[in-house]
Amino acid sequence: MDFILNPWPWYLSGPLIAFVMAILLYFGKTFGMSSSLKTICSAIGANKFSDFFKFNWKDQRWNLTIVIGAIIGGFIATQFLSNNTATDLNPATITELQQMGFENPGATLVPNEMFSMESLTSIKTIVLLIIGGLLVGFGTRYASGCTSGHAITGLSSLQKQSLIAVIGFFIGGLIMTNFILPLIFKA
Amino acid sequence: MKYLKFLLVGIFFGIILVKSEAVSWFRIYEMFRFQSFHMYGIIGTAIATGLLFLQISKRKHLKNIIGEQIDAPEKEEGFIRFIVGGTIFGLGWALIGACPGPMYILLGTGVYSMTIVIIAALLGTFIYGLLKGKLPH
Repeated sequence: MDFILNPWPWYLSGPLIAFVMAILLYFGKTFGMSSSLKTICSAIGANKFSDFFKFNWKDQRWNLTIVIGAIIGGFIATQFLSNNTATDLNPATITELQQMGFENPGATLVPNEMFSMESLTSIKTIVLLIIGGLLVGFGTRYASGCTSGHAITGLSSLQKQSLIAVIGFFIGGLIMTNFILPLIFKA
Repeated sequence: MKYLKFLLVGIFFGIILVKSEAVSWFRIYEMFRFQSFHMYGIIGTAIATGLLFLQISKRKHLKNIIGEQIDAPEKEEGFIRFIVGGTIFGLGWALIGACPGPMYILLGTGVYSMTIVIIAALLGTFIYGLLKGKLPH
């Protein structure tokens, strides 16, 4: 059971993610998580404001079902398939984050300083979460895909456009992590 | 019942991403600091396995359940949309430590504040829909 309860190694996880893509293609669908955001927008009435959302969202119910499944999967994995092993981060990463004011890097999946209920009493935290969400929602639709659609599916099928998108993901990610996060979380 | 298989795929996906720590904010931070191979190993082996699968399905003419050739969907043409949109997403990915899949999965693990992120992401998607005609692609 330890094999299941401990964190899974990358060389097992990567192929399992590819299996998710393969099974969705076999079902005649695609592996694209950000599309669900567009579908939800359409379902709650965004089609009244923009033609971009004028499509039969009910055809995309399978995608929303995956979203519900993913939420349940997250619950199952933490409740029944984990032994609360801390994430085995690089000691240099831990030191750096501690200097930025993060108390227990790796002890939880997300930093309490940004996501705990107590941290939500800070306007700064709420603004960060909103900005992050806006960037993810806007950027994925502009680039027409996220990690699943471009990095996994697009690169697996050797598409140039996905390579450009993934280069963009890294430009943005490197700027945020290396230059902006240190300004937001100053020691 | 026709949705059951998608529910199961979603559950499976959620479990893998939690167990692989791909939903960890810290792992994403570490990746963009080039301080660990973990995330590169996950993404790299996922692409390699996916590539192998798509090459085999092309050569063997594997069919999906509705009888069509299995292949990945083709992306739209363009350059600006991919580089600029990709960069904007990358900024958000590194700030939140989660791309769209993990946003939902983390909600399931009990990170309820992710609701704020998801609502903001819906709003971001909506804003793109409003501005689409005015943006360069």
